[in-house]
Amino acid sequence: MARRRVLSRLGFVVGLVAAPFAMQALTGEPVAQSVSGNIPLMVASGLLVGFGAARGGGCTSGHGVCGLSRLSTRSLVATITFMATAFVTVFLVRHVIGG
Amino acid sequence: MSFLRNLGLGLLFGIGLVVSGMSDPAKVLNFLDLFGTWDPSLAFVIGGAVVVAFFGYRVVFARTGPIAGDRFHIPAKEAIDGRLVAGAALFGIGWGLGGFCPGPALTALGLGAPGTFAFIPAMFLGMWAARLLAESGARTRPAG
Repeated sequence: MARRRVLSRLGFVVGLVAAPFAMQALTGEPVAQSVSGNIPLMVASGLLVGFGAARGGGCTSGHGVCGLSRLSTRSLVATITFMATAFVTVFLVRHVIGG
Repeated sequence: MSFLRNLGLGLLFGIGLVVSGMSDPAKVLNFLDLFGTWDPSLAFVIGGAVVVAFFGYRVVFARTGPIAGDRFHIPAKEAIDGRLVAGAALFGIGWGLGGFCPGPALTALGLGAPGTFAFIPAMFLGMWAARLLAESGARTRPAG
């Protein structure tokens, strides 16, 4: 039972991974994307995103879309918090450190 | 059967992320750059998704049960605590550093950027660490 649930959930992940290829097949154009090549930065970013999403019980989709649309106060607090720290982080990286 | 159903849902969600630009870190970082090259378009993506999901939930909750599956799985937690705020704060810092959140990062996996290959294993490691921390907290503190 548990294994079947894991497998069925894996279907969602497979669908996500396949999405850009479905797009390319439909439009005939490559999906434009620009990812930072700074590996230590991306590792730090990944650790924080994974830890924070699991610790805070949700991410942009979980709190930001699903939670807000259910009018969850908890999700509103989380969304305001992560939007604020993300704005501040980009400001510091681009205009204080980088500027 | 549920594997295929979830695959279809993941594909739909993923195409939405790709079409809207949520899966492009450069676009996300411009959205977050209020005092620089601000690109407000992603606010309409998130706002649009919230409006659609708001009405979607109304339709769904009018039913006695889901079309597929035994029951609805609705988050039961309501506590606004340090764990929620600290987790969200760290999540935001990570999102602002790399421009990826979990769903869009997975749609980027097959496109093969080295930064994505660095991000995704680190993200799973972070999730695993949070789970370990939650389990150790549950052991040392009394339940409730």
